[in-house]
Amino acid sequence: MAKQTDFPVIFELSQEGRKGYQLPDLDVPDVDLDAEFASDYIRTEQADLPEVSELQIMRHYTALSTRNHGVDSGFYPLGSCTMKYNPKVNEDVARYPGFSMVHPYQQVSSIQGALGLMYDLQESLCEITGMDAVTLQSAAGAQGEWTGLMMIRALHEANGDHHRTKVIVPDSAHGTNPASATVAGFEAVTVKSNNEGLVDLDDLRRVVDENTAALMLTNPNTLGLFEEHILEMASIIHEAGGRLYYDGANLNAIMGYTRPGDMGFDVVHLNLHKTFTGPHGGGGPGSGPVGVTEELAKFLPKPLISKNQDGFYFDSDRPSSIGRIKPYYGNFGINVRAYTYIRSMGPDGLKQVSENAVVNANYMMRRLQEEFHLPFTQHCKHEFVLSGKNQKKMGVRTLDIAKRLLDFGYHPPTIYFPINVEEALMVEPTETESKETLDEFIDAMIQISEEAKDDPEIVQEAPHSTVVGRMDETQAARKPVLRYYREES
Amino acid sequence: MSLPKEFRYSEEHEWVKDEGDNLRIGITDFAQSELGDIVFVELPEVGDDLELDAPFGSVESVKTVSELYAPVAGKVVEVNEDLEDSPELVNESPHEKAWMVVVEPSDKSQLDDLMDADAYKEMTEDE
Repeated sequence: MAKQTDFPVIFELSQEGRKGYQLPDLDVPDVDLDAEFASDYIRTEQADLPEVSELQIMRHYTALSTRNHGVDSGFYPLGSCTMKYNPKVNEDVARYPGFSMVHPYQQVSSIQGALGLMYDLQESLCEITGMDAVTLQSAAGAQGEWTGLMMIRALHEANGDHHRTKVIVPDSAHGTNPASATVAGFEAVTVKSNNEGLVDLDDLRRVVDENTAALMLTNPNTLGLFEEHILEMASIIHEAGGRLYYDGANLNAIMGYTRPGDMGFDVVHLNLHKTFTGPHGGGGPGSGPVGVTEELAKFLPKPLISKNQDGFYFDSDRPSSIGRIKPYYGNFGINVRAYTYIRSMGPDGLKQVSENAVVNANYMMRRLQEEFHLPFTQHCKHEFVLSGKNQKKMGVRTLDIAKRLLDFGYHPPTIYFPINVEEALMVEPTETESKETLDEFIDAMIQISEEAKDDPEIVQEAPHSTVVGRMDETQAARKPVLRYYREES
Repeated sequence: MSLPKEFRYSEEHEWVKDEGDNLRIGITDFAQSELGDIVFVELPEVGDDLELDAPFGSVESVKTVSELYAPVAGKVVEVNEDLEDSPELVNESPHEKAWMVVVEPSDKSQLDDLMDADAYKEMTEDE
């Protein structure tokens, strides 16, 4: 196929007078705009909209859609993002009229099925995480983090502990953690990692004090390593009067084997669009339910879904609640997909998911460590971090390796993150890939490393097969062009 | 890689230039080359206090955001405002035009705890 470097925007296809729609004749009285509205509100020029036929629209957007890379088109080992396959049965169920045709203001008695699903999902997520109560409202992970921290803040304030203003975050944490802490009104304090890639307990003891509100942690952490001293960390934080926040981004490694609640966490958010197969990337939306222990349950956003002798209902009589955090009831369609996944996998199936995710990651890590530097050599969980420093010596950087992978039809791994690993490449294969796919990707990585030695230019100038080559990311960040202006003809 | 002999260097890749009463601070040539193209620099305000080893700003490149750690404690007396509109200066002239802050140190002897050019060179070669 020819390269299409000049891909027009739809405005450039416009021909005056061309139409992609047909309207019936007007069969209601015409409205005199001038009489109905103040002149300030009436447009005097026609809006500059593209004038194209229906066929042109179809071709334009169909062509655009083929430029996307998704899990349905190829391997997507983007570390920390859990780009697993989204089973299509989820889509079937989400389209059931009882879920897709309901209105948020409908009478509760007429949506008992939808409420029952939400109630059961709350219960399922409690069981999976070891928490006592769950809200489904938060729209995605970062809002879940903020919601959880606001509840921790509400708890400290209810206890009169207004001095607890610090939230401890590891140096390997997701960038959203310190950001959420800041937005929730806390000061983010960094705790360092040790040589094994785990939280340095001595440094943790150093930064914890009477002002500590919480520790935010992913476990396994961002290096894909299980924080094996988690119980000791939990007691350090709890003895100081703080609470533990679990970032559920990496739950895919431990489901069915252990639970954040059993590790001592007080608050958990989950990413249903990661672990529980909501579509992720290029469409979304996400869903980031938050679970808490009994102590914090009264602060949960309202309403929760509860049950009494009349059936399921919106429970809004919650005087200590931090309030509503999103209009209506969360991203319901994603919650339906997650519920479908949980029920179709069952407890044993979810446990198998974690096992396969971990086995896949370790298999890849052990094969790739022969060619790439592996900074932390213990077994990993669901993902691992390589360093491109061997290849850097040949003048090939991690960015070049990522670009070269595009020529093999792969979405590259996460790069330059976590920031405590030089030239980082963070690979998360997920459980849904076959051994053949893993082997093909590994072979491509090894070939790229060979190229770095023998013919570095082919890597440095990659990609060679994509529609566009390297974007000027620097200029895009320094002088972004954020609006399209139609050129005067 | 340029490494002025008269500067002192921190483990976090800041350089410090002794200007008598005050100290001028920036990030090293090595640091800018590791970070890649710098797209944004966040600095403190004049009058802010810097706490030794605590973050006082950040440098954002295409690939990452990196915090600036105070190599000495003191009060900020001058800030390089050119970097707001021209972050590329950090890549082009890390040791001169892209100085970041001038600090009035609270204890100038903290300079002695920093590395000289040779020690810093050795450290970066190990990385």
